[in-house]
Amino acid sequence: MPDRPLAPALRPFDAVGGRTIALVDSLGRFGAFFAEALAALATPPFKLRAFVGRIHFIGYNSLLIIFLTGAFTGMVLGLQIYLTLVRFGSEAFLGPAVALSLIRELGPVLAALMVTGRAGSALTAELGIMRITEQIDALTVMALSPMRYLVAPSILAGLVTFPLMTALFDVVGIFGGYLVGVKLLGLSEGTYFGEMQTFVDIGDIMVGFWKSLSFGVIVTWVCTYKGFNVGHGAEGVARATTQAVVLSSVLILVWDYFMGSILQ
Amino acid sequence: MIKVEGLTKSFGRQKVLRELSLDVATGTITIVIGRSGGGKSVFLKHLIGLLRPDAGRIMVDGVDISRLRGRDLDAIRRTYGVVFQGGALFDSMSCFDNVAFPLREKVRTPLDELTKRVEAALAQVGLEGMGAKFPAEISGGMRKRVAIARALVTEPEIVFFDEPTTGLDPVLVNTIHHLILDLHRRFRFTAVVVSHEIPEIFEIADTVAMLHEGRIIEVGPPSVIQSSTNPVVQRFIKGEAENLEER
Repeated sequence: MPDRPLAPALRPFDAVGGRTIALVDSLGRFGAFFAEALAALATPPFKLRAFVGRIHFIGYNSLLIIFLTGAFTGMVLGLQIYLTLVRFGSEAFLGPAVALSLIRELGPVLAALMVTGRAGSALTAELGIMRITEQIDALTVMALSPMRYLVAPSILAGLVTFPLMTALFDVVGIFGGYLVGVKLLGLSEGTYFGEMQTFVDIGDIMVGFWKSLSFGVIVTWVCTYKGFNVGHGAEGVARATTQAVVLSSVLILVWDYFMGSILQ
Repeated sequence: MIKVEGLTKSFGRQKVLRELSLDVATGTITIVIGRSGGGKSVFLKHLIGLLRPDAGRIMVDGVDISRLRGRDLDAIRRTYGVVFQGGALFDSMSCFDNVAFPLREKVRTPLDELTKRVEAALAQVGLEGMGAKFPAEISGGMRKRVAIARALVTEPEIVFFDEPTTGLDPVLVNTIHHLILDLHRRFRFTAVVVSHEIPEIFEIADTVAMLHEGRIIEVGPPSVIQSSTNPVVQRFIKGEAENLEER
């Protein structure tokens, strides 16, 4: 039966309804995609070679940027926190302040944002190009699951590499703070590290660990989904890559707030 | 045997396939011709299970694959080889690894046998010694031949070719067509080829089916198609495709 044109008064409702249905539909597909990836993760055969390749792609290739951003974040923190604490005569607490900021908050968030920018975007672009050049279809018609070969190894690699990248970011950042606070500004080495041992406990480290673990899932889930569902041509890949980075970054910050509230 | 009955597919309001029916006999080369954008690739995607029809059936050896999912569909797909329009070679792998991939993953072949079969498959398409090259390092015609080698290395019962000669020069078009014919004579697979290479395809086809506006409007041996009285078929094979809408 042909569609009858809507009365002008009903058109805004039609538009809102259409968008709501599209949103619910895309959220459903987003969830189903993750469930399918989890099913591929939980059932054999496991693609060990693909998993190792993804560790290299997401983790190893991000080492330099994590090292650089970690070092300079620690140095900035060391400088700014020292200049604040010195006003109150509390510069002895520089070590724990730098360490707690990094371990609980900045380490997981900044490391995740850096890995999203470097590896997440590349992951989306790679899968997007595989989609538009029919490489994913080729896997499907070979009776081989693209979820098992491409998505599940990426999500598992995200779970492994994000906490490791965060740990590296934290350690390098703490030494960046040390460089500024101890070597440049003259705080004693014993005070910097001694107070850190007093104030930082395993609970703080676990907060950072759980955050980084969940960021690993979020970033790889979003980036593989966007790559898998790319539009047409080069423009489609470019749009999907941008969306993947923006959505991952926003979700990292939103999820960080909720995790921070829960894991106090 | 492949039997397609009443296949219908729409994308939004655009009807691409309209109750399309076609029989493909076992061991033959059936070529589906028609205008670009006329639904040939959509039809092929239904045959290989990448798209689901809105209505109709696709019977492969008596099984309706349009209703299959998961492992049941994969069991049918294991009898398939597919050559995609652009080759769809994995660009992170060498040509050797591309051809070896289905053997490694689908058949779990021992290393010695795998190497022999891959080298033999590359030799069959005239690419012996080229296994170490990556897809980006070889020409378009060579990529198509690697894709054909990959599709045939598992000795499938049915091979689908999606416009295997698009973008190639006339000499390469001829080479690919004769390669398909030669391999078909050797392996006796059932071939479904989507193409608009007129008149070259008449040399290799057992059956030609003309797809127009979502339907098969003429089907038969090449001689029947060439002498068809249907003006749409005649215009298409004479290269007057731009006038097809007038009818």
